[in-house]
Amino acid sequence: MERRVVITGIGLYSCIGVGQDNVLDSLRNGKSGIIYDTQREEFGYRSCLTGMVDDPDLKPFLSRRERIGMHQPAMYAFMSTKEALEQAKLDIDFLEKNETGIIYGNDSTAGAVIETIDKVRSRKDTTLIGSGDIFQNMNCTVNMNLSTIYKLKGINITLSAACASGSHSIGMGYLMIKQGLQDRIICGGAQEINKYSMASFDGLGAFSINQSEPAKASRPFDKNRDGLVPSGGAATLVVESLESALERGAPILGEIIGYGFSSNGEHISNPNFDGQFRSLNMALKQANISSDVIDYVNAHATSTPVGDSMEAQAIHAVLGGKVPVSSTKGMTGHECWMAGASEVAYSLLMMENSFIAPNINFENPDEDSVKINVVPEYTEKNIDCFLSNSFGFGGTNSSLIIKKFVK
Amino acid sequence: MSRDEIIATTKRFLSEEFEVDENEILADNNLHETLDLDSLDYVDLVVVIEENLGFKPTADDFKAIDTFDDFYDLAERKFAETA
Repeated sequence: MERRVVITGIGLYSCIGVGQDNVLDSLRNGKSGIIYDTQREEFGYRSCLTGMVDDPDLKPFLSRRERIGMHQPAMYAFMSTKEALEQAKLDIDFLEKNETGIIYGNDSTAGAVIETIDKVRSRKDTTLIGSGDIFQNMNCTVNMNLSTIYKLKGINITLSAACASGSHSIGMGYLMIKQGLQDRIICGGAQEINKYSMASFDGLGAFSINQSEPAKASRPFDKNRDGLVPSGGAATLVVESLESALERGAPILGEIIGYGFSSNGEHISNPNFDGQFRSLNMALKQANISSDVIDYVNAHATSTPVGDSMEAQAIHAVLGGKVPVSSTKGMTGHECWMAGASEVAYSLLMMENSFIAPNINFENPDEDSVKINVVPEYTEKNIDCFLSNSFGFGGTNSSLIIKKFVK
Repeated sequence: MSRDEIIATTKRFLSEEFEVDENEILADNNLHETLDLDSLDYVDLVVVIEENLGFKPTADDFKAIDTFDDFYDLAERKFAETA
């Protein structure tokens, strides 16, 4: 028997705010988290813009042994997970005794790997690297660290799917719980922010060079967009069976009702219409709803010329031109491996507080975005059901549909 | 480096790395228990000893050490060998 799947906790460590309250304030006010990073200038970046959040001080929360295997992805993810678990009313004692899984999105550990290799280059002796680096270096770093800290006993896998990693992590968690294989899974996405992590991406010329006005650089769907702005942090969602959530008296923030996915099977970096079209349609079919049930679309739109156009076409083809659409990446930049999870969390905050966060910097539509209803300013609106898109390099697509919980 | 210098240096870097109070690093206290070492911690112990005292203890060296005094003896021997 298929089970209903709900979200009982969210946590955010984001460039637009640490913690839900700060993020909510930024979402309401269209506040940008983008800065000009002078370290990237010295390092040879074409564009030095980035979303920025400071590394957290974990000493108050974790022992030396627990911290030593953590670099940025795990550090950020610990902070967001801590918040999500608190909201979901879950603690280590409960997690140790009640099987709980973790499927976390992450697709790089560049900063950690380079720092380790620099040590070996300098000392020419691997025994002087130290014990923590291997656990920082592996792509499953978030899973390794969080599963041991929180004594998790369920499914434990990392999901690497480029910029759709966070979204697929929620989707896969949803499927496992729906099928009765797990009662609750910690899902999410983490994205490192350091000069090593985005250098090769910058080299593709995909980033905005509107560096004189960082807050205006990321302009999803706008006619004058000139590229994305990289960003990072972490977002965590506690995904749980309805029975488990009700039994525990946990808050229910939304119900996941649809997960669509697809692969383009074409170019390694260029998006395509067909893949996105199939992902959106599959999500609707899984949710068993018609397109007019969707009250809001949180678009993937990263502010690249081709990507945004393709998504506008796909949204128009599947959902029509009336449904309100915004991309929060105007504020956050592209949170990459984190984005699919954070944007579901941002949308849950909008649903809970009945507003649509602005697609900032949307001033003039192009020939594709003019066909959809991009929301440029804070708009009060009741949202009963939303769809969140995430698309990644390699042509991986994910669409999630989440609605308000009704018994 | 004199024995007093070895002791002062060791207390400083061990308390920093392993987050123990310097007052717990007493000559007759057991090194392994005081620092609460697990198998991975020995890897880090080698790194900080090499960084601060300039030699790399072996696994056999650690097996022969019980107290901090034993470690100071080892450090003195290592310095004498390289003098």
